[in-house]
Amino acid sequence: MNLFGYRLPGMSSLLLWGALWELVGHLEVTFFLPPLSAIFATLLEIASTKVFIKALADTGYAFFVGTFSAIVIGIPVGILMGKNRLIDEMLLPWVNMFLSAPLTALVPVLMVLFGFGLQAIIITTALFAIWIIVLNARAGVLQINRSLVEMAHSFGASPTDAFFKIYFWAALPEILGGVRIGFIRAVKGVIIGQLLISIVGFGALFELYSANFLMKHFWAVLLVLFSLAFLIAEFLAYLERRVAYYAARRAS
Amino acid sequence: MTKSTTNIEHAVTVRNVHKNYGDVQALENMSLDFPRGQLTSLLGPSGCGKTTLLKIIAGLLPATSGEIIVNGTPVTGPGPDRAFVFQDFALLPWASVLRNVAFGLELRGVAKSEREAIAEKYIANVGLAGFENSFPHELSGGMRQRVGLARALSVDAQVLLMDEPFSAVDEQTRRKFQEDLLGLVKNENKTFIFVTHSIEEAVYVSDQIAILLPRPSRVSEIIKPSGFRHKSADHIRRDPEYLDIVDNIWASLRSYVE
Amino acid sequence: MRHRSLFLTLLSATIVFGAWEIAGRVPVSFAFPTFLESMAAFWVLIVEGTLFTAYAETLKPLVVGVTISAFLGIGLGLWIGLSEKIDWLISPIFVVMQTAPLAALIPLLVMAYGIGLTSKVFVVCIMAMPVIVLNTSGAVRNTPASLKEMGHAFLGSRSDIILKIILPAASPVIFAGLRLGISAGFIGAILSELKITPTGVGDIITFSRSIADYPTMYAAIMSIILLAVLFLNVLERIEIFLFGGNNKGYVSE
Repeated sequence: MNLFGYRLPGMSSLLLWGALWELVGHLEVTFFLPPLSAIFATLLEIASTKVFIKALADTGYAFFVGTFSAIVIGIPVGILMGKNRLIDEMLLPWVNMFLSAPLTALVPVLMVLFGFGLQAIIITTALFAIWIIVLNARAGVLQINRSLVEMAHSFGASPTDAFFKIYFWAALPEILGGVRIGFIRAVKGVIIGQLLISIVGFGALFELYSANFLMKHFWAVLLVLFSLAFLIAEFLAYLERRVAYYAARRAS
Repeated sequence: MTKSTTNIEHAVTVRNVHKNYGDVQALENMSLDFPRGQLTSLLGPSGCGKTTLLKIIAGLLPATSGEIIVNGTPVTGPGPDRAFVFQDFALLPWASVLRNVAFGLELRGVAKSEREAIAEKYIANVGLAGFENSFPHELSGGMRQRVGLARALSVDAQVLLMDEPFSAVDEQTRRKFQEDLLGLVKNENKTFIFVTHSIEEAVYVSDQIAILLPRPSRVSEIIKPSGFRHKSADHIRRDPEYLDIVDNIWASLRSYVE
Repeated sequence: MRHRSLFLTLLSATIVFGAWEIAGRVPVSFAFPTFLESMAAFWVLIVEGTLFTAYAETLKPLVVGVTISAFLGIGLGLWIGLSEKIDWLISPIFVVMQTAPLAALIPLLVMAYGIGLTSKVFVVCIMAMPVIVLNTSGAVRNTPASLKEMGHAFLGSRSDIILKIILPAASPVIFAGLRLGISAGFIGAILSELKITPTGVGDIITFSRSIADYPTMYAAIMSIILLAVLFLNVLERIEIFLFGGNNKGYVSE
C-alpha cells in the first residue's frame, strides 16, 4: 500500500497491530493480554534461564532430527516413485492418504509405543513432514523434460550418472518446494507433539505457565515460537526463489 | 493514395490526450479523428501506446489530460455507445456461449428472454449457430473470438473498439475474420476502431490508418486507402495500391523494430 | 488398466496389513495389537454404537467451527482481495498464522474460555481460518484483469462485477481453500479432544489407553483417520466434478 507517496513494506502493518496490542494491554481490558512491552521484558528475563534454554534445545533437536530423517527418507522415495511405475502405484495411495490424514490422532499411539519422551516427538515431527516431501520429489521427477533425459541417453550417461546429474538437479526446484512445506508442517508437528506429550520441552513450559496463570511468560514463549516458525518459512522461501531462478536459467 | 475529401461528422474525437504512468510518458499530446461508419486502424510497433489509447477511448483508463469526445459528449468512463472486443477474448469460462454473448445485456439489466433472443440472433450472425450451449473451452480460438464479437455486437453500440482481436488466432482463421470484418463494416453502419500490429491486416481492412510511433508516443501519419475499397475481398491483396501502402508503411516502421 | 491399478492397491494394502498382523504377533511391543484384533475391536465399537455417539460429540465443534470459518474467512478474504488497504492491514496476520504452530494457543484458549464447546470451536476456527482467508484473497486478487475490464467495459456495476465475474472466477480456489480448511479443522477437533476434554472419540482413545485395551484404542484412531481421509477425498471428487481437474503439482499449500 502507498501512503503519502511512500510504498509501505509488506508486513509493516504488524507494527500497527503491535502498537494496538500494547494499548489494549495498558488499558487492562483483559487479563489474558498483557502489554507487549511487558511480554518482551519477561522474554529477556526468561531467555537466559536454564529451563527455557533446555526447552529450546530439546525442541530444536527434535525438530532437526525429525526433519532430517524426513528429508533423507522422503526425497529418495519420491524420486523412486517418479521413476518406477510399480513402486509408484503401490505407494501413492498411502502417501496421499497420510498427506491429508489428521496425523495428530496418531500421537497417542506413538506415545504408548515410544514412551513419553523426545523419541515420540521426533517421530511425530518426521511424520508431519515426510509425505509432502515425497509427493513433491515425485512430482519433480515426473515433470522432467523428456529431451533432457534423451540427451543424457544419447551422450551415453550411465544410470547412476543420469540419476545424480540429471534427475536430482532437474527436480530440485520441486524438491525444495516440498522441503519448505515439510519444514512448516514439521514446526506444527513438533509443537503438537510436545503439547500432547507435555512433559518435555515447551510442552512442559506451557503446562507450568498456564497452571500458574503466568500470562507474560506464556506469551513470551508463544512469540518466540511464532517468530521462529515465520523466520524459518521465510528463509526457505528465499532459498527456493534463488534456486528456482538458477534452475530456470540453467534450463534455458 | 488519394486524400479523402469527404468531411463527414466524426464519431469519436481524441483531443490533446496525454497519459503518464508515474514518470513514464505513455501518450504525448495525441489528437485524432475517427470518421463515422468507417474503420480506423491504430497501427504501430509494440510500445507505441495503441492499446493504451484504445482503452482510454473505452473509458477503461483515465487520460492524464486532454479529452475524448464520442458523439458530441466527453468520455468519463465506459458507456453504452461503445463496445469492446478483447485480445484474449475475455470470455467467462463457466458460462455457455449464449450467456457469454448475452452478458453485456445482462449487465445492462435486460430481461432474460429478451437478451437471449438478441444473443441468438448475433450468434447466428457470426456463424456460431448450434453452439449456443457449448462452453468456451470446447471452442477453437477463432470461434472464441466470434463469441467476443457477438457479445460486442449484441449491445448495439455505435462504436466498436477492437484490441488486436485476431492476434491470438491462427493465420487462416485470421484471413477469414478479416474478410468477415469488411462485410461487417459495410452492413452494420458502425464506427470501428481497430488496434493491430500487422501492417497487411491494417491496410486490408481499414478506411483510415493512423500510424503511431513510440518514444514519445505520437501519430506520425494518417493514411486513407481508397482505391481498392470497392473491390471484392479476393482482389484487394493483388491491388497495386494495397501493395504500395504496405511497402511504404514498412519503410517508415522498420527503424523502430528491434 | 483399471484392473491393474485396483489389483496393485489391494496388493499393497495386503502387504501393509499383513506386516501389521505379523508385527503384532511377534509382538514388537506390548502396546502393538495385531491388525485382526484391532479390526475386531473396530467391529465391536460399530455394533455397540459407541463409535456413532462418540462422533456426534467430536464432530460438533468441527461443524460449528468450519461453518463460522467458512463465512468469516470467505468474507474477509474477499475484502482483502478487493482492497489494497485492507490487504496491507490484515493479510500479514493470516500469513503469520499460516506458518505459526497455532496449536500452542490451546492452553491460552482453555484459560480464557474454559474446557467447553466454545474453546473447541475456537481451536477449529484458528486452524481452519488462515488457509480459507489466504486462498480466497489470493483467488480474488488473481481474477484475470481482462475479465474485470470486460465487466467494466460492458457497464457492469461494482456488485455485478464482484458477484458475476470475480466470485465465480475465484470459486475453484475458494473451494480448495475450504477443503484445506476442513482438513486443518479436523486436526483442531482432534487436538481439542486430546488436549482440552476427551468427550467423543478422544474419550474412547484415552479410556482404552488407561485400561491397556490397545485394540480399541487403535481402532478408534484408525476410524478418525479413515473418516477424515474419506471425507476429504469426497470433497476432492466434488471439486473435480464442479471445476474440472486442475492438475496439481503439489508445490503449493
